[in-house]
Order: sequence, then C-alpha cells, then structure tokens
Amino acid sequence: MNFLNDPITFISAWMRSLLTGWGLPDGLTTVIIYFIGITVLIIFAMVLDIMLVWVERKVVARFQDRLGPNRIGPFGLFQPFADIIKLIIKEDITPAGADKLLYNLGPVLAIASVIILWAILPLSAKIYGVDLNVAILYLVAAGALGTLSILVGGWASNNKYALLGAFRMVANMVSYEIPMVVVLLIPTILADTMSVQGITQAQNGMWFAILSPLALIIFLISAIAELGRSPFDLNEAESEIVAGFHIEYTGMKFGLFYAGELLHAFTFGGFMAVLFFGGYGGFFGLEKIGFFSWLNNPFVQAVVFLAKAMFGYWVIMWIKYSMPRIRIDHMLAFNWKFLTPLALVVLVNTAVLSKILAGLPMWGYVLGMFLSNIVIGFITVEILRAYGRKQRKAEMKPTPQNAQNQEQVA
Amino acid sequence: MTADQIIFLLCALLILGSSIMVVTTRKLIHAALWLVVALFGVAILFAILQAGFLAVVQVVVYIGAIAILFIFAVMLTRKEMLDDLPGKSGAQTRSNDLLRKSWLPALLGLLILAGLVFLILGQPTLGRTAATMPEGVDTLRNLGTALVSPDAFVLPFEVASVLLLAALVGAVYVAAGNNK
Repeated sequence: MNFLNDPITFISAWMRSLLTGWGLPDGLTTVIIYFIGITVLIIFAMVLDIMLVWVERKVVARFQDRLGPNRIGPFGLFQPFADIIKLIIKEDITPAGADKLLYNLGPVLAIASVIILWAILPLSAKIYGVDLNVAILYLVAAGALGTLSILVGGWASNNKYALLGAFRMVANMVSYEIPMVVVLLIPTILADTMSVQGITQAQNGMWFAILSPLALIIFLISAIAELGRSPFDLNEAESEIVAGFHIEYTGMKFGLFYAGELLHAFTFGGFMAVLFFGGYGGFFGLEKIGFFSWLNNPFVQAVVFLAKAMFGYWVIMWIKYSMPRIRIDHMLAFNWKFLTPLALVVLVNTAVLSKILAGLPMWGYVLGMFLSNIVIGFITVEILRAYGRKQRKAEMKPTPQNAQNQEQVA
Repeated sequence: MTADQIIFLLCALLILGSSIMVVTTRKLIHAALWLVVALFGVAILFAILQAGFLAVVQVVVYIGAIAILFIFAVMLTRKEMLDDLPGKSGAQTRSNDLLRKSWLPALLGLLILAGLVFLILGQPTLGRTAATMPEGVDTLRNLGTALVSPDAFVLPFEVASVLLLAALVGAVYVAAGNNK
C-alpha cells in the first residue's frame, strides 16, 4: 500500500493502527476515523469556497473590463480573508418580529445543502466521500434542502421582499427540477448505473457530452435555475425586490448565503464534469498507454477533476454576467413549454437509440447518438423559428388595436 | 447494544418527538417544519435498513415536494392558530375547547396503537436480528427489474402510471379553464 497510489486507505490504515495501539476499541476507532474524514472533506470544501470568492470577483471584473481585487496580497489573493474579517465583525441584526430560531437556521441550511453534495463528489477513483448507488437521486434530494433553506430564511425575516423572493424561488425550483431530473436520467441510461463512480468510469472511452450534447445544455440551464443565478435570479432581483430572500441578513449570516451560492455553482460545475465530461478520467483511453500511466494517479485525477469543475463554474459565471434577468412568466413558460418537452424527447431518444445502436462498433454508436441529438436540436430550432415567424406575422396584421397604435406613432 | 440499535433508538426518539411537536406547536409554520424533521427521521430509518433508494426518494418526494407545498400553503395563511378570541384567555378557551373535542381521536389512536402492538407481538419473526446484506447485491437494479418484469409488479406499476397520467391531464384541464 502506497500513499501516492491510495492516500485515503493509507491514512486510515495508519490512523487505525495508531488508535488501536492506544487501546481504543475497534468500533470507536471506526467512528473517530469517519468523523475526521468528514471534517477534512468539509474543511476542504470551505477553504475552496474562500478562494472561489476571489475567483468570482476576478472573473466578473474581466467580463466587465475592470481589474478586480488587486490591493491585498499578490493579485489580490488575500482579499477574501479581509472580507471574512469584515463580515464577522459587522453588527449582527435580527429584525423585529423575526422568528429567531428559523432566521438563524436559514443560512446554516443553505450552506449545509451544498456541503452534503460533496459527500458524493468523486475527486478521483480513490478520493471520494461515499459511492452511493443512488447518487443521482441524492443530488436532487440535496436540492430540496436548498429550497427549504431559502423558504425558511425568507419567511423568518418578516419582510415582504424576503417573502416574495422565497415565493419566486419555490416557483423556480419546483418547475426547473423536472427537466433536471429527466435529463439526469440520460447519463444513468448511458452508463447503466446511478453511481457517480460508475458514470465516470463509463466515460473513459467517450464523454457523454458528445453522446448527448442536448442533455448537457438542458442540464446546464436547469442547474443555473436551481442555483438561482442570473438569468434566473428572480429570487433576489435587486431592481424589483431589493435583495430578495436575504434582504434582512447582515454580516456573516449573509456571507453564508453568498458563500453557499458560490460553492453551489462550483459543485454544479463538478457535477457537470462528472456527468458529461468524464469527471476525473475520460482521457479517451490515453491512460492505458504506458507512457501516460501517471494519469491514473489519484492526485493527478483530483487536479483534472477540479480543473474541469472550474471550467463548468466559469461557464456558469460567463452566463451570469452576460445575460439579463428574464421575466417570471417567460421563465415559467420557457420551462414548461420548451425545456420539459425537449428533455422528455431527448430522454426517449437516448433510451431507444442506445439499445438499437448497442451492437454497433464504438464509432458507429457515438456517431449515431451524436447525429440524433443534432437532428433533434435542428428540428427544435426550426419549430421555434416557425413559431416566432407566426407570432411576428400575427402582430403585423392590421387589427384595430395595431392600427390605433400606428396612428399614435404617426 | 449495537451501534445500529443506538442509532435506531435516537432516530425513533427524533421521529416521535418531532411528531408530538407537529400537533402541539401553535405556529403553523413550525408545525410544517417539525413535520419535515419527522419525515427526515423516517428517511434515516430507511437508510439504516439498507434501503438507500427508499431513503433518498423519501427525501425527494416528502421533503422536496410535499413538505415544500405545505410550507408554501402555510406561508399564505395566518401566522398562529390562536386567532379566534383576543388575548391570552382566548388561547386558553380554545385549548380547552380543543381538549374537549379531541378525546375521540385520542381513543381511536390508542386503539390503533394497541392493535398494532398486538399484531407485532404475534409475529413469528419478532426478536430475530436482521440478516446482513450479502456483498455485491444491487438493490436498486433488483427493484428496477421487479418493477418491469411481467411475473413481478409490472401491472400495478403501469396502472399507477396511468392513474398519475390521468391526474396530470385532469389538472391541466382544470387549470386551463373553459376559455375557448
């Protein structure tokens, strides 16, 4: 057993021998080791979260043609620490009439709903929390807790804007959960398992992003909706409801909502990498060649995974900072009339075609799946184009109201 | 006492305690949130029994959908349940009134509990320790196969799907109204 090839097993075996050497019973040793493992994972996620604040601010600065934080430390790297000190020493205000317990529970639930996702995120083949056989459903269940946190925080603040933000969030989450669940079934069908390790290993030859690009796009859209980021950030629309569900929170309690959102975005980048970009692997068979065998090292895999997750996070930021917020009726219509039917069509297509093409050689299977997605995408765009044309024609027709409008313009 | 038993007892305490809070707390939203805690406890029970799928589905369906809808409905109603009469005496009268009315449900509940205890004590498998799951059994795959295999549950599964589809179509019809 080698530290470099299997670090977690190595450390846990070492600690077990140490603790049993001190005379602790075997059961207690297991509990202690698991407890330490969970703590280390959470600390890793939280420290990463601190750095994500810096990444987010730097990237948004680039999108908006600014420099971003650049005063404290090299490249402004220590800025988040200054922010944290500021947030902690700020006055902590609980609004009058707020439900104290629930008001304090909101931010805790918000960050907890993200951190429990890290239990199933596979950093590498040997470094992961737990390999559940229902990991995909676990992802959906954690999202439910996130909704709960925003509802609780919004309601307990005793503020109409907070409540409105919470209502909008529920409308958002309940509707966008459906295309997300449907589209999560596609990697499940392609990999023939719900375990994230299994899904990752099934993509060693070919990424699911190539087998089903439409599924990737739908997953990305519904993930952004679930995050409540722009263009779906109606729950905190500054111009309408000031700051939405977290309007009353000050100091670190607000900081927890903010940190939770950033870590959630990064985590969804990670899930995008796992489900569609091969996770820590997916080198198209390169790792089997002797010269590239270092790609199988767990630390290299972890770096590859984090890089892919960071790419997903960057895409989410890219969309956030270049799209305007959309109206709530547009958002719901887009989901129910476009995204959900499309997700169902892609699901049926994947389920049927993956069985029909299963006998073909690898390139035929990949080409068939890819082309079917392109055809569906093309038909979708054509239907949208025809619908748009019809709408425009209907508006052009001289109805009494149109005529009146034109008179007014004239 | 094994670790499993300790977890089970803690979990049972959690479920019972939060269930009592659901029916005794005066704030509706607190009742809904205690219900979430109770449902979460049931999910833990499923997890202890190595039914991971049921545990996660319990969270997705009961907490993610049903409890959220409860809370949503509750948020649109009054904050507290003591709005019949003003002042503290009002709450007092109301709780007395509640006590007078609730003896019949309490009796029914006790009867059901007695019946259940009687039935469980009559089970031949009582007191047997659970067999450990053999290594390499994919419960999820077995469940999935059972749901679509003709000699297992394909008929109830399909009937339930048709029922749900009918409910869905009905909901769309009702929501659409008669604006043709």
